[in-house]
Order: sequence, then structure tokens, then C-alpha cells
Amino acid sequence: MNNYKAVIGIEMHCELKSNSKVFSAARNSFEELANCNIQPLDMAFPGTLPVVNKKCVKDAIKIAKILHCQIPEYMTFDRKNYYYPDLPKGYQITQNTEPVGINGYLEIPFKDKTITCLIHDVHLEEDSAALEHFFDATLINYNRAGVPLLELVTEPCFHSAEEVLAFLEYIRLVYQYADVSEADTKKGQIRCDVNVSIMNEDAKELGTKVEIKNVNGFANIVDAINYEIKRQSELKDNGRYQEVEQETRRFDEETGQTFRMRSKVDAIDYKYFAEPNIPKFKIGEDWVKEIEKEIPTLPLERKKLYTEKYQLSLTDTNIIIKDKAIADYFEACLKMGIKPKTAANWLITVILGYLNKTDAKISEIYMTPERLKELTDLIDKGVISSKQAKEIFNHVLTEKKEIKEFINSDNNQISDKDELTKIIDNILNNNQSQIEEYHKGRTNLFDYFVGQVMKETRGQANPVLTKEILTAKLQKDN
Amino acid sequence: MTYMNKTLKEIHEALKKGEVTSAELITESLTKAKMVQEKCNAFVTILDDVNEETVTDNILSGIPYGAKDNYSTKGVLSTGSSNTLKDYVPFFDATAIKNLKKAGAVMIAKTALDEFGMGGTGTTAHTGIITNPWDKTRMCAGSSAGSAASVAAGVYPYALGSDTGDSIRKPAAYCGIVGYKPTYGMISRYGLFPYASSMDHCGVLTRCVEDAAIVVDNMKGQDELDMTSWNSSNLNLENSLNGSVKGKKLCYIKEICDLNNYPNASEELKAHLANFNKTIDICRKLGIEVVEESIDRTLLEAEPAVYVVLSYAEATSNLSNLTGIIFGPRGKGEDIFAMIKDHRTQGFSPLIKRRFVIGSYVLQKENQEKYFKNAQRVRRLLVDAWKNLFTKYDGVILPVGSGPAKHLDKALDILSANTDVLEEHLQIANFGGFPSITIPNGFIDNLPVGVNITGNCYDDANVLNIAYALEQAMDYKNMIAGERNE
Repeated sequence: MNNYKAVIGIEMHCELKSNSKVFSAARNSFEELANCNIQPLDMAFPGTLPVVNKKCVKDAIKIAKILHCQIPEYMTFDRKNYYYPDLPKGYQITQNTEPVGINGYLEIPFKDKTITCLIHDVHLEEDSAALEHFFDATLINYNRAGVPLLELVTEPCFHSAEEVLAFLEYIRLVYQYADVSEADTKKGQIRCDVNVSIMNEDAKELGTKVEIKNVNGFANIVDAINYEIKRQSELKDNGRYQEVEQETRRFDEETGQTFRMRSKVDAIDYKYFAEPNIPKFKIGEDWVKEIEKEIPTLPLERKKLYTEKYQLSLTDTNIIIKDKAIADYFEACLKMGIKPKTAANWLITVILGYLNKTDAKISEIYMTPERLKELTDLIDKGVISSKQAKEIFNHVLTEKKEIKEFINSDNNQISDKDELTKIIDNILNNNQSQIEEYHKGRTNLFDYFVGQVMKETRGQANPVLTKEILTAKLQKDN
Repeated sequence: MTYMNKTLKEIHEALKKGEVTSAELITESLTKAKMVQEKCNAFVTILDDVNEETVTDNILSGIPYGAKDNYSTKGVLSTGSSNTLKDYVPFFDATAIKNLKKAGAVMIAKTALDEFGMGGTGTTAHTGIITNPWDKTRMCAGSSAGSAASVAAGVYPYALGSDTGDSIRKPAAYCGIVGYKPTYGMISRYGLFPYASSMDHCGVLTRCVEDAAIVVDNMKGQDELDMTSWNSSNLNLENSLNGSVKGKKLCYIKEICDLNNYPNASEELKAHLANFNKTIDICRKLGIEVVEESIDRTLLEAEPAVYVVLSYAEATSNLSNLTGIIFGPRGKGEDIFAMIKDHRTQGFSPLIKRRFVIGSYVLQKENQEKYFKNAQRVRRLLVDAWKNLFTKYDGVILPVGSGPAKHLDKALDILSANTDVLEEHLQIANFGGFPSITIPNGFIDNLPVGVNITGNCYDDANVLNIAYALEQAMDYKNMIAGERNE
């Protein structure tokens, strides 16, 4: 099989987070129980009218801004007309003529560099009902009907399934960072249509575009793209490229193959026209500015900052930016004055471990960045050892008490200078020969003295103070 | 003593004085409704078991009314006069109905209409032809035919209508009563079965202008369920009727009402236009300045086609929810698409199917620019032309239709050529969302005819007040069909 240049574009639908649906007051939440989140509009009862959810518009504008899109002066909606049992009104309210964002781009990390993805448009629309197929019947669940969807359409700017996967994983993270969606593929919140064509490396014109509709899950998307590239390439190799038709195909998860649904000749005419029940409304500049203020620092920017300025390893950085809450915690620690590497170590080795074990959320744990700062300060001052710090850490989390309480009750460390001096003097008196050796140059005997102090105090001597006094004494004797 | 032939204020006063009770009014109204049903076939449902309402200071309290059957009424059959919804009982009220309930109004019947408001004859309801109470051989026009017939026959003082082209204002003229559609969005459309959303209006049919003002005062209001509704709380239509119109300015349009436009005019048309001129004289006597204006005839003649293209296109989409899957009778078929097809084939009348085909055609990708987009452009030109008139005038006054009610048997009508503009100009008020009111202004061959006044958006009070003054100066107020000849 020859290697052709693949050209891929995707249309990604993502369900948005909101209290109510995009055009009705019904609850927008994932429910096990069918048909419990419904208002009359969601089943298209005669006379019902759509009312736009402002929060959804706001989130759509937020994403459009993140994608560096042009935003129209007015928010408008259109009807996409077609009959299907999952579409109760017989049309979907979407944005066809003036999407909320057009002509954007997004820089994404890919392997160890970044690539720029081109965004054709992003628009707000409503989800359809869910059809549940059984052996002898199909049931309709209207919970999903009217759930806000943000559809993102890229230019045909990708050349491999890996690039598409990198884009999808990154955009999912961006949606989570922007707090517009859980973007959970397991709940079916992200669904994609993929357009694939191939061409000779030096060709000027694009090949024939094939659309694969409604692929669920990132792994399936990768498989579908790779299958389609292979299918088209083999046809081209065999001189049968004309058999690649502009058509819509579906991906079969069982076989990992794509199958024809309809050719372009049978393409549906959606008869788009402006939704008359939603008056167009102005997107005020002030509002857009307000929304822009809510845009958080994106993962890619954080990545650059963490690796370049804070000198964290790529592995550590990737672990931290994978979740905005973790990254925010990390940055809060730095704000408190904890050194980046110290904060990263605590986060990755201790805190994430605890979170994994307990299923707790980082925003809710008792060990706040303030308390962590207190703890690391105690280590730096030598009040506690790092081993003790970890024990205190666990106590703080489970018992939800202040750090100092564990220092007092749990930690009988001898930090009294006079008391320690007395103990050290005693030890030195009993080890005159070692002192001589030390002064002759066996400086590693210093650790022997520390060991003796620890032995005497059963490990409870303040190590930093011990070292301090010992150094002074040994010099004095010199 | 009968009350249902009186004005709202008269009935309210009688209730207040204890001369009559709400229960007695209901009985009278129901009795008349049954007689009118026999004669005109005006109703889809008569609510025999309706409860009386407490009489309060609200003028509408305790008084019966009828609602067009395309209003969603909780627990009461609402068919849109279509077989596709022949057994549909909604579980929610239209906002206008809810508002009237709050006022204490008593709905005693649901009136028949041209299926889903589409049609101007009153002959396409699934319950059969609705006949004119003045003359059984004639139509009421439509689509609010049942509402017009029942108000004109004295079943109750008012009935709700809806108006997408002229569906309130033309039947009002044919039945000798008042028909008023306020500015677009003054009354919430939530719960009104849609025909063409950008032109659909709720409104009312009454026997006098004051009653129309009172009823709409109670129906209107911004509604969080209708984004196109607006806040009119500072507007009280009833209180703004003072009859003072000196110095007001109206215009009529030469290309529509000059007899010279119709070389082969029938006697009826001649009489109708002459009668219109008499009304203009009365306006002038009232101190209203009336001026003849001219509008490009080509633009006017494009109007009916614009209505066809835009309203049919919206209707095609709006009625796509009627599949028989969630509500309405299930169709038969191998798969769901066959079932939907069967439901729609059995359910809709040929007239509606024709409109769907046209609506679908003009929306097709390859036709949109030529038909739909161009129609939108001409709509804009017409609205701008009317808006331009409103910069100079308080309103446009024009005759309704080309004469009195037409015969149900078309062969009996002697139609004049090229009267389309005269028949269809009321639709311009739907294009622009303008407040528009029809009142009776005379008789031709013992049948009533009407005149229409249309004003600028939000200027409802002014438009109603001019109509109110004109009504006082003429002798056609509070007419009951059959109780008068001329």
C-alpha cells in the first residue's frame, strides 16, 4: 500500500453543562430513569415555544473566544428541518447562517511540539432524543431532547488519526478548563462526524471526501479514520479510486469497518431558515469582555510555564495539567510561597495518591495549599522531618484538624537548645577519641555524633538543631 | 331577559347588581351555543359542565366566552380543527387562556376554524363547513370562522381568534362584528398552535371596540415562555378610549380602493367602495384628516405571493411535529416513517397538503434564493412602505375584502377581476406586526361589510381610539346577526 497524504476534518458535538436545557426549563442532567427531564417543548406539544438559555449562549461565546473566532454582532438561530423519530419538533434549532464563532484556530500540543488547528466554526444547538433499540421495539427517551450541544467544525487540517486524537483530547481538556462541559465520552457527551480523503503527497486538489457519521469514543474515531485511509488507499493502489464516492458512511464498532449509509445524491436538504420564535439579539461588547475575563489559563500555556519557568519535568507537568483543579491547586501552592518542585512532589507523590485511594476531590480536601505551606515550612525550619510531615499530612486529612495539634500531641521532639546542648556535651565527653579522629580529617564521623544523639534521645532530637549545636561544639573544640 | 347580546360592561353591571348570576349567564350562553351549532356548525366542543366563576371587579369575571380551537386548553379537547389532533386533550393552558382564567372569565366553547388557521373560508374544519349566521348560504371567511359566527349570533360577547393573514379581521367583516389583532407579541403566543410563527397573532372578536380593548387588556402581558412577547404593563387600552380624534391623520391607498383600478367591477364591489367613501366622509366629519396616498402597484401586487411563500414555508416546518408518534392517532405502517406518512396522509385536508408542498418547495436549497429569500425582501419593502406611512399618519384605513360574505357555492359569486390586492392587503399588518382592527361600516344586500384601520407597532391605543370614535359615529355597533336588516 502506497503512502498517501490523508486530509481529515472533524465535527465534534459536545453536550454543555447547564441547569436547564438550551430552549426549555427542563433539567439538563444525565439520568438513569428515562423520560423524567421533560417540559412540553421537549416533546413538541402544539403551541410550545423555545426560550434561549443565556448560560448556554455565554458558554458558547466563551469557547468561541478561546478558539480565537470572530463573533457575530447578533445571536441568531436557524431551523434544520428533517423527519426522524428522535426529533420531536421535526426540526432542530441550530445556527446555520451566523454561528456564534467562525474562522478560529487553536494551538494544541502534539508529541513534543505544538500544531495549529483551524476552526471553521462553532455553533450552539439542541440535542435530539435518544433511541433505545430492543429486539422487537424501539423506545424513545426524551431526557436528551433539548440538551445544549456545542458543535465545533474544524477545517480539513489534520493528516493522521494521531493528530485528530491529540486535538480531541486537548479540546476536551479545554472544555473542562472552561467549565462548559464535563466532556465525558463515557456518558456519550462527545460525538463526532469525521471527514476523510486522501491525495498524492504533491497533489494540489483534495481527494474525494467521505463522511463517517456519529462515531462515539476516541478509540473508535481513531479506528474509523485509519480504516477509511486504508480503504481509500487500497482502492487508489488498485486503480479503483473512482469507486471512492462522496458519501456518508457509518462505523461499525464490532468489525472496525465503515459501511455506506447514503451517497451525496441522496443527501438530505435540510431547508434551513431563520427560527422565527427567537428574535435575534445583540451580543454586547461589554458582555463578551465579561465572558473573556472568565477564561482560565489554558493547559498549553500552563504547560509552557511549568516546564520552562518552574523547571518541572514533562511527566510531572502533564500529570498536573490533566485536571484544572489539580493545576489550580498547584498554582495556589506557588502563590503561598511553596517552591514549584516541592509543591509538585507533594501533589504527585502524596496528594494524588490520597485522591485516588479515597475518590475525594482536590477542591474539598482538608489539606489546603495554606496548610501545605505550613507543613513544608515546618520541614524547612527543621521542626519536623519529611517522614513526620507525611504522617501529619495523613492525620490532618483524616481527622480534619490543624497541623499544630499534631505537632503538640504527636511529636515530642526535643527542640530546647539547652536540653540538647546538655545531651550533646555528655556524648562528646564520652567520645574523646572520635573527636580527635574527626579533627584529623575523618569528617564523616559527624554523622556518627548525630547518630549518638538520636540514639540517646530515641530519635526525638531536633535534627537541624542537633547538627547546628554539634557543628559549633566541634569547631569550638578545635 | 337576555344578556349574551349585551356589551361586557352592561353584563358586568348586571352581575354586580345581582340582576343575574354567572350560572344563569352560562346557561343562556350554552343554550344559544347549541342553537348556533345547529345553524352554523360553529363549534368543535361545547362545555356543558362548565363551572360558574366568582364575580369580582374584573369586568370579565363570571362572563362566558369562546376560544378558537387552536388555543391549547388544559383538560379540554383542542383539535386545531384537524383530524391529526382529533382526540388531543392538552395538559397545559395557552398563556392567553391562563390570563383570562385569572380574570375569572368562563370558557364555554371551543370554536371551529379552518384547519390550523390555514384557509380563509371556514370550510376546511374537520367538523365540517361553518356557515354565516347572517345567511346560511354564505361563508364566514376564516380562519376564525366559528369565533366570528358565534359572537355575531350572540352566543357570548367575545371569542378568541388568531390571525396570520387576516383570520380575525376578515371573518369579523363578513359577520358584522369587531376583529382586533394587537401588535405582534403583545399577547403571548405560548399555547397557540402555530401556523406561521413570524405572522401569528392572538386576538379577539367582539361586537364593539370597547369590548375588544377590555378583553385584550386581560389577555396581554409579557410571557417568559414567549421570547417575542413584550412588556405592555404601562398600556391600558380600555382607559385610552376617549373618542377624541380631532387632528388625527389617516390615509387610504389609491391603488387599493379607487374604483378605477377595477374596470370590470361588479355591482357589489362598486357598492362596497362607495360605502368605504362614505366612511371616509364620516372620519372627516369627526375632524380626522384623511389623505389619499399612492403605493407602487407592482409592490402591492406582489403581496399575496409573498404571503403564500413565507407563511406556507413556516407552516411546513411548524406542523412537522404532527407525526402521530407522541400525540394524535397513530398511523399504520411497516416502519416509523410509513406510520408518520400514514398519519399525515389521513390527517390533513388537501388544502393543507397543498400548502406543505409549496412551503417545502420554496425552502429547497435550489429554490430558497428565488422564492423564500426574495419573498422576505419584498416583505421588508412592504413593511417599510407602511412604516413610512406611519411617520405621517396615525393609521391606514382601507375596506375589508371586495364586498360582503361570499357564497359557499362559488358559482353564485360574481367576482370582479384583479381584486387580489383588495382581498389580501390585511396581510401586510401581519408582515409588520402592526395593530389592526376591523369594524362593521355598512350593509350591502342585507349583509354586513367592514372597514379596517391599521397603525404602527405599539400604537394600539391610538388605533383603537380612532376605531372607537368612528364606531360611535356610525350605527353598526353591537349588532346581532339576523336581528337587523338594511
